[in-house]
Amino acid sequence: MKLTGAEIFIECLKKEKVDTIFGYPGGVVLNIFDLLYDDKDLRVILTRHEQGATHAADGYARASGKPGVVLVTSGPGATNTVTGIANAFMDSIPVIIFSGQVPTKLIGNDAFQEADIVGISRPCTKYNYLVKDIRDIASIIKEAFHIATSGRPGPVLVDLPKDVTAGKSEFIYPEEINIRSYNPTYAGNRWQIKQAAVAIAKARKPVIYAGGGVILSNASEELIWLAEHTQIPVAMTLMGLGGFPGDDSLSLGMLGMHGSYYANMAIHNSDLIIAIGARFDDRVTGRVEGFAPDAKIIHIDIDPTSIRKNVRVDIPIVGDVKLVLKDLNEILKDEVKEQWSEIRKAWLKQIDEWKRERPLTYAWDEDIIKPQFVIEKIYELTKGDAIITTEVGQNQMWTAQFYKFHKPRTLLSSGGLGTMGYGFPAAIGAQIAFPDKLVIDIAGDGSIQMNIQELATAVIHKLKIKVAILNNQYLGMVRQWQELFFRERYSYSYLHTEQVPDFVKVAEAYGAVGLRAKKPSEVEPVIKEALRIKNTVFMDFFVDWREKVFPMVPAGGAIHEMIFGEETKQPEKKLKAVK
Amino acid sequence: MRHTISLLVENKFGVLSRVAGLFSGRGFNIESLSVGETLDPQISLMTIVTQGDDRIIEQITKQLNKLIDVIKVVDLTEMDHVEREMILIKITPKPEDRAETLRIAEIFRGRIVDSSPRTYTIQITGDEKKIEAAIELLRPMGIKELVRTGKVAIAREGVKKREM
Repeated sequence: MKLTGAEIFIECLKKEKVDTIFGYPGGVVLNIFDLLYDDKDLRVILTRHEQGATHAADGYARASGKPGVVLVTSGPGATNTVTGIANAFMDSIPVIIFSGQVPTKLIGNDAFQEADIVGISRPCTKYNYLVKDIRDIASIIKEAFHIATSGRPGPVLVDLPKDVTAGKSEFIYPEEINIRSYNPTYAGNRWQIKQAAVAIAKARKPVIYAGGGVILSNASEELIWLAEHTQIPVAMTLMGLGGFPGDDSLSLGMLGMHGSYYANMAIHNSDLIIAIGARFDDRVTGRVEGFAPDAKIIHIDIDPTSIRKNVRVDIPIVGDVKLVLKDLNEILKDEVKEQWSEIRKAWLKQIDEWKRERPLTYAWDEDIIKPQFVIEKIYELTKGDAIITTEVGQNQMWTAQFYKFHKPRTLLSSGGLGTMGYGFPAAIGAQIAFPDKLVIDIAGDGSIQMNIQELATAVIHKLKIKVAILNNQYLGMVRQWQELFFRERYSYSYLHTEQVPDFVKVAEAYGAVGLRAKKPSEVEPVIKEALRIKNTVFMDFFVDWREKVFPMVPAGGAIHEMIFGEETKQPEKKLKAVK
Repeated sequence: MRHTISLLVENKFGVLSRVAGLFSGRGFNIESLSVGETLDPQISLMTIVTQGDDRIIEQITKQLNKLIDVIKVVDLTEMDHVEREMILIKITPKPEDRAETLRIAEIFRGRIVDSSPRTYTIQITGDEKKIEAAIELLRPMGIKELVRTGKVAIAREGVKKREM
């Protein structure tokens, strides 16, 4: 039987077990939206901006491990997704974006709402397609899902001209696809893995450096086994947080520019770094020439281009992190754990000393809310059992430092691109994936205003997202840099007290709930109240605008060349250590 | 160091732009690029000449391999291979230089493919050194216009290809 292109599109999504689409309608995709009107199996989450839809699909994918699907119209609808696509690309998130396109005979004619989205999105997608023939829709969609979710995952865009969705053709969904030029390597080289095991056995001061790849390949269990069995401490990237339990004694928390003192010191002084699904981003390595000068480096990654891109690597292993770790653990399992404890004793003792020397702290104040205190309280009151999303900037770094992530897929944050406005729509995606889980977006007053319109999406779908706004009336991280490196010239980073909206009223205007805390004593009651309310809640915390994120590796510094805030330099001041 | 990279790709629209975009997006320079269909019309072969140290070339070849449409990447540089380039060069010799122009063309086994009362257009093929030498010798004759194809290269038979 012949189906229209729009019908084929919908059948294909069902074959791929898609149940949710994040999107926004427009002229050229009306053939599809018309069918979605009556469809019982496909739920459409109408966002208020296409960027919101793309971040929501990204958040949905990160939280659930399933691909996120976006459907938007041509021209501005498509171009509005670009930031979301680039965000997913940098963090290797499987998102499939379907964009409408003007009819094939008008392509290239500057038709109304035409944009060359295939050209525009080429550098920030894993792959993209323009469907020129209705007979290709099914195989292209099958390929798109395959490419987005296999190997190193990433976003794939499919551009659908209006006449293609309107025309008719036989629907045949291919059972299998074979892309001769695309064959990701999953199993690691046995000999190299053996070499890695030998290096681990020889090392006296090893550190595991775990990245987002651990979470993407669901390798958390294997990582925990490796670390516990061989007694190797684990430092994580922002993307890797949750891949190893943050409250484990072997956890060093995050490393890098705003990493913990002990994580950075451990990396700098190590004799072996086992990099797992991490890509030696410049925010992690600091000055590359000064990075871990005495360490051998084992690098496990599914993407060969990540290996030796930024740092020298002694033992490269291309493969899926989970499979490689399984093989590695298999070799190491015959060694007795107690022996490892003995071998690592001095090293772990040294790390404990670093932990005692400079824990993550902040100066307590009776009168002004410290942003770190808000995050600490959220952790305490949720017991770490929540999906946390963040915006970008100080709020993101404090979250990484002061919230202990126990499980994978519980921190959704824009790592590679650093997209302000990511957290709130990502929280929407996560809450759609897990309606019963607690989802909290930790935001800044600057970031939240980048996609604040999605309040409507959250409220209309009765999502119980809690947004904690660390309101300091500044673009905090910009202000921090200006204070430290630009002689306190706060050029355009001040958002003006009178111009920062009343977030309580904004929330109420959309039908959500707004709460506010101005004093430290009000923080806990506000969070408790927010957790009690079955609605989207904005918590507006008036925090100390002067607060900065420390430690910090200044640009151009090596990873151990950290600077610290006054509070950590002057231990006689009243300190509050993180529990 | 200069590298000649041979690239088998799917013959689809947008592939050239993906390859070129990979270079420009990472700040790598393409010195020349030529592309054409192979015996299999579904596959094209690109010959790319680029410069870089070992680390850059390793990244380039890995990144090329990562492109979904790229079937095979071979760095021909360190293996025995044959390479050719073609130029069409339009000369405007003075009347007294016309004979000399023809003589130079003959030395380089060039062919006159067009002539007018005031110009000769000469086609010359060869490796880079030969092309450069021909241009240098013809320069005093008065070059009006010149067009180069960019290099095409193929491995010599009997030599095992080093796949990247």
